[in-house]
Amino acid sequence: MIWKTLKRWYHQLGSPRYFYRFSEAVLPWLWPIALLVTTVGLVWGLAFAPEDYQQGNSYRIIFIHVPAASAALLGYISIGVAGLVNLVWRMKMAEVMIKAIAPFGAVLAAIALITGAIWGKPTWGTYWVWDARLTSMLIMLFLYLGIMALIHAISDPRQAGRAAGLLAVVGVINVIIVKYSVEWWHSLHQGSTIKLTGETTMPAEMLIPLLLSMLGIYLLFAVSVLWRARAELLWRERKSAWVKELL
Amino acid sequence: MYFESLTAFLQMGHHGPYVWSAYGISALLVATNLYWAHRRQRTVLNEIRRLARRQQSGL
Amino acid sequence: MTFTATLQRELLLAWRRPAEIINPLFFFVMVTALFPLGVSPQPELLATIAPGVVWVAALLAVLLSVDGLFRADHDSGALEQLLSAPQNLYVPVLAKLVAHWLLTGLPLVLVAPLLGYMLHLPSAAIGVLFVAVLLGTPTMIAIGAIGASLTVSLRSGGILLSLLVLPLYVPVLVFGAGVVSYAAKGLPVSGVLALLAAMMLASFTLAPAAVAAGLRISTGN
Repeated sequence: MIWKTLKRWYHQLGSPRYFYRFSEAVLPWLWPIALLVTTVGLVWGLAFAPEDYQQGNSYRIIFIHVPAASAALLGYISIGVAGLVNLVWRMKMAEVMIKAIAPFGAVLAAIALITGAIWGKPTWGTYWVWDARLTSMLIMLFLYLGIMALIHAISDPRQAGRAAGLLAVVGVINVIIVKYSVEWWHSLHQGSTIKLTGETTMPAEMLIPLLLSMLGIYLLFAVSVLWRARAELLWRERKSAWVKELL
Repeated sequence: MYFESLTAFLQMGHHGPYVWSAYGISALLVATNLYWAHRRQRTVLNEIRRLARRQQSGL
Repeated sequence: MTFTATLQRELLLAWRRPAEIINPLFFFVMVTALFPLGVSPQPELLATIAPGVVWVAALLAVLLSVDGLFRADHDSGALEQLLSAPQNLYVPVLAKLVAHWLLTGLPLVLVAPLLGYMLHLPSAAIGVLFVAVLLGTPTMIAIGAIGASLTVSLRSGGILLSLLVLPLYVPVLVFGAGVVSYAAKGLPVSGVLALLAAMMLASFTLAPAAVAAGLRISTGN
């Protein structure tokens, strides 16, 4: 039953016109909810959560750093999936999604790196270490930028979408291998005992704002994707009847 | 509130510059990115309207 | 075209353009030589950075050479002809990659031990360097070819190609240089070498499919 509904959704959202109407209906309430959840999570983490036993107050950066990093990773995998869908089924919406996801995902990867660096200074004494996770995130940022550069370089939007999709599929395979390889390499050069978070189990007062912030950032991501997808759709379909009707 | 006063909150036990710069830069980047997305939507709509008007009036 | 026919064609074309073989090799040697000059001639320091230096130089040499993999055929129209034929592209692409390795990769593999020696790499590590580069160059050519197939029709293709492919090269570089460092320290290497071999087999068998798809996308098929 659920499977059937999901399949129906998938096919419906594959139509540009339906997607546009869907985004029109969803955005007005998604946008404020996303902002609200993010704000609640961040304010909670900043002002109400207790101090960390080892790191003091600097650990509060985690409420941005972890959501940004995980969302960037999810975004990249989504681009890979969209790329695969596009290569196999040549779905127009998949191309649009690739173009819509990449910019925000890249910004989140950059934020993860910047906040990680700022967090590193009071914690490890230096802004940058070739920590396995930081290095993997740096590579992922480059992969994002590569996709955006490729889309920008190809003038035909359909060709650009397909090329970016292929690159994304190859890149997703690479992301998995990079993570493993950099961890191994980092352990080769392990001179210091560095841990990104000291705690393996987070107390609830810290975990809940973290989860809220993550949810909020994911929702903001969705909002940005919908906005960009709408703009891209309108432009691609500008000559079609349903767009003309809209105006 | 975990902190005793607003000043304590802003100082974050001398980790203030780190925490606030991290949050500030992130907020700036996210806001800019979202603003661009919103603007692109507006630009596209205006462009399409312009094209439609030209088609109707001219050719 | 069949495998052997394509292979013969590629080798024959390269024979008429020896620069294709010599330039990457020369680049490899020159870049490696720059490091003692730019960093320090101290043997211990050189021995420490040798694995990475040789690998990065080889990586860059392959990257440069891969840009021209399809460009000549694209410009001359031969690529379009090949794509318009109703045949599977996998075999001709595979042949092209093999040819490219024979012309570009193999010389690097043969010269790498010499460069390792010049950088004071301990002899235990030089053999491993040879095997690692032997396994790594096909991987890099295969991955580079995917990038080349996507950028062949673009004017600024070369720069963009580097941007696209370099992040994808990180695993080969990390494991390839890492295993040589391991060997220099006397640690066991068979595991990582097996991993490099796996990466080579996987990339070389799967890449032609991706390359074929990329070529079709680039020429608008």
